[in-house]
Amino acid sequence: MTILINAKQLTRYYGKHCAVNNVSFELEKGQIIGFLGVNGAGKTTTLQMLCGNLAPNSGEIVINGFDMQTQPKAAKRSLGYVPDTPPLYKDLSVQEFLRYCAQLHGVPKADIAAAVTLAETRCGLTEVSERLIGNLSKGYQQRIGIAQAIVHNPDVIILDEPTVGLDPLQIREIRSLIRELGQNHGVIFSTHILSEVQELCTDVLMIRQGSCVLKARIADLPAEKSLEALFIELMQMPPVGDV
Amino acid sequence: MIFTIAAREFKSLFLSPLAWTILAILQFILAFLFLTQVENFTLLQPQLATMENAPSLTDITVTPLFGNAAIILLLVTPLLTMRLICEERRNKTLTLLLSAPLSNAEIIIGKYLGSLGLLAAIVALITLMPLSLLIGGTLDFGKLFANVLALLLLSGAFASIGLFMSCLANHPTVAAMSAFGALFVLWILDWSAGLVDKPSGLFQYLSILRHFQAIQSGLLATSDVSYFLLFISLFLLLSVRRLDKERLQK
Repeated sequence: MTILINAKQLTRYYGKHCAVNNVSFELEKGQIIGFLGVNGAGKTTTLQMLCGNLAPNSGEIVINGFDMQTQPKAAKRSLGYVPDTPPLYKDLSVQEFLRYCAQLHGVPKADIAAAVTLAETRCGLTEVSERLIGNLSKGYQQRIGIAQAIVHNPDVIILDEPTVGLDPLQIREIRSLIRELGQNHGVIFSTHILSEVQELCTDVLMIRQGSCVLKARIADLPAEKSLEALFIELMQMPPVGDV
Repeated sequence: MIFTIAAREFKSLFLSPLAWTILAILQFILAFLFLTQVENFTLLQPQLATMENAPSLTDITVTPLFGNAAIILLLVTPLLTMRLICEERRNKTLTLLLSAPLSNAEIIIGKYLGSLGLLAAIVALITLMPLSLLIGGTLDFGKLFANVLALLLLSGAFASIGLFMSCLANHPTVAAMSAFGALFVLWILDWSAGLVDKPSGLFQYLSILRHFQAIQSGLLATSDVSYFLLFISLFLLLSVRRLDKERLQK
């Protein structure tokens, strides 16, 4: 199996506050990791570090064999990232925006049109292709955010709460898209919806006050306990300092 | 990759009314000033004919036109550059550039070239005015070229400081104000140099106006051109450093 993300002992401080503490994990091709934790647990910080938007205070990130610190360009080439707020230029049309994203990610000129069309089809954006992003609803904007991350067909896709603000139908579509992507790529996404993880993911990663509290295959989880019960149990343990 | 960003930046300026408004207003004001200069010339013409070493048509019309353009660009460039990085950060679109396989230098240079494109268009439009004089007169092309070059270098320097301020500030207005302040101080440094008996050599060297006027006079010295190139490189470098810090801070 190819290891797509290898994160070793990531630690990140904001001033004196430790947001992420010694988190390590691996992501292989064909894996979908669900990233769980309460608000402020350090999920977004971890994902930002994986994408090279934030430098870790210590630790190492290797994406598809390239170190994020020393070879950031090569590492980022294998990445698609959907931040919690989709990065959209509201004055462009969907098609123009996706074409720009493809160019930024170094998609060869001849393949750009095909790549844009494919991303639009996959995210259900074909009908709004010509419309200005600023005039579209939140659900569409969220989908454009995802299309932006897959337009260059990266090996690793990182999504930060991709289903927030979508209606139930759209959530189902996005989930099936993630499942489809998981077959040929490595996917890691953060979420608050536990059923989503149970349904979609091959692996689960739980983080609490910056530290990793659970790292397991979904299949290996104890069958008698639901993921929700496990989550609540893990999150309600006394704070680390008191143990 | 640099040109992808530059082209996007250039086009986005024209997607909002900002670029069009600036172009239109600038052209109107400068055309008016240019017309006054041409009027001046026709009034002075009889006297000029009797003078030895009289200033030419180029001296009377072109040099003041480009001098006025420089002052107006001093006011306008901060408005053009204020959004470059600042707005991306506010709209959270900076993430898109930071997670794309681009170096920070590519992002900064791309942004810079994009805004420089509009400034070059402004300079080109201004240059058309004296060229219209060719219908009934002759121009000193050497001097015209020196003026165009001076204005291009000057606006390049303005844009580099504007870009840097846009990297620093959290709000476009703050970026515009700081860029304007910095430019204005650099512009008037030369005045204070003349106040005391012994002018300060450092202030004289730093003054952007002095170097601009030196090139404008047609005296193309390496020291003046390299002043502008150093100026631009310095602020581009600082901008790259500031963008690097984006990943480390918070």
